[in-house]
Amino acid sequence: MKADPTIDKGRRDLIKGASALACGMLLLAVRNADATPASMQGAIRNIFGTAEIGRGRVTLDIPSLVENGNTVPMTVSVESPMTATDYVKSIHVFNEKNPQPNVIGIHLGPRAGKASVATRIRLADSQKVVAIAQTSDGSVWSGQVDVIVTLAACVEGL
Amino acid sequence: MLRAVLRFGCVVMVLAIGAQGRAGDIPQSERRSGYDMMGPETKAMQDDDTANPATLWVLEGETNWNTKATNGKSCADCHGDASASMKGVAARYPAFDATRGQAIDLEQRINICRSERQNATPLPYESRELLALTAFVARQSRGMPIEQSDSRMQPAIASGRALFESRQGQLNLSCAQCHDDNWGKQLAGSVIPQAHPTGYPIYRLEWQNLGSLQRRLRNCVFGLRAETYPLGAPETVALEAFLMWRARGLPMDAPAVRP
Amino acid sequence: MSGALINVPARAKRGQVIEIKTLISHVMEPGFRPSSIGVLLPRDIITEFVCTYDGDEIFRADLYPAISANPFITFHTVATHSGTLTFTWTGDNGFAVTEHASITVE
Repeated sequence: MKADPTIDKGRRDLIKGASALACGMLLLAVRNADATPASMQGAIRNIFGTAEIGRGRVTLDIPSLVENGNTVPMTVSVESPMTATDYVKSIHVFNEKNPQPNVIGIHLGPRAGKASVATRIRLADSQKVVAIAQTSDGSVWSGQVDVIVTLAACVEGL
Repeated sequence: MLRAVLRFGCVVMVLAIGAQGRAGDIPQSERRSGYDMMGPETKAMQDDDTANPATLWVLEGETNWNTKATNGKSCADCHGDASASMKGVAARYPAFDATRGQAIDLEQRINICRSERQNATPLPYESRELLALTAFVARQSRGMPIEQSDSRMQPAIASGRALFESRQGQLNLSCAQCHDDNWGKQLAGSVIPQAHPTGYPIYRLEWQNLGSLQRRLRNCVFGLRAETYPLGAPETVALEAFLMWRARGLPMDAPAVRP
Repeated sequence: MSGALINVPARAKRGQVIEIKTLISHVMEPGFRPSSIGVLLPRDIITEFVCTYDGDEIFRADLYPAISANPFITFHTVATHSGTLTFTWTGDNGFAVTEHASITVE
């Protein structure tokens, strides 16, 4: 996760100027191994192992065109009765183009009442965001969205 | 660097569209706050005080308001309950300071109070403490119409208008060309607002922080590749005065959230 | 200043699902940004947020650099009994903030 020190200054300026977003300004252009869909898969496997990931039951609510990648409102919800015997244990959110694939790991229990959590995240580029939930019976479900992130005009670090 | 090229390219297109000459001031009835041009999620972030990050500064400002300074006086000791004494104040700033014979903005007014009435050091621009106080004071004007009817402010307003309408920087653009002539159109994926400062200090998503109108103006001027004025310069206050005069009648929605 | 803002309904009916909103002041420096002179700014984030209801954990989140500054997190819980909700944020550089809120459940 370190910037390549051998990049010459001209290119560094170009890279620096090319992105003023919070995550991984220098590293995006370097295309570090972590900032790929493959590393997202790796991060997912780290948490869920070889479990089969079904599609459905998980909804990711993110604006399809975000006004600023630094602060993107996100709500993730999972359909579940949330009873003592049938509830959502965890929800993990991943991204494919930030320098790091993990976004948040949420741990719930039957006392949650509703499996719906909202927060604000950073997205360093237009990309897929994936949410994966594990329920109390061990099964794993997922949902995903494609988000377009544009740079705000007249963006400076002043 | 890439961003400057991207912006320049977009700007050349914008200029080509507006090449036939200035449209002039926005008609009163067509004036809209930047709030109206935001997406629903960003509006929701602003509307809910429990979700608006700026609330953190408002609460801190309230504490600062009641904290005694070096000479044992707090803002509250002179001004009492801010919800009464500060009602409408931010809506009519910048204001004319008779002692100094010039227009001053809210941040300067707070610092004058600190140094002259509280025997305390002025707070640096964009410092957390000053932002908290201005957010707290500005909050007391929420919903109130912006006012710039003091005739003594006319010279500052005129000087601010001249700045607003003159081309500057390497991009050789005036504020008016984007914000009077091309508001509502898109520049690099963002909608160009009319630039009414109804919500300052704002929580800007780009900054992930609260900031003053002065900071935002520095961003704009830097974006034109022009030299920014020093902090607290009379040119900045003049521009703020003109912008507030231009926004007169629009309701304050401070502290606002903006992209 | 590590100010936190918590929104919990003051009263609720037994069994009602309530929404809790939390906001805390924190820069959440991701650790990937260069400063104005090109030096990498070190990571400084909140890494964990836990809520307990009279001591029982009802919500926990592991936060990563992808969480925006001034983290805003909302979640739900069933109002089971009158008591105290405790909110704890911990993170890099020894960051630790705890806040409480009471709820009356009838």
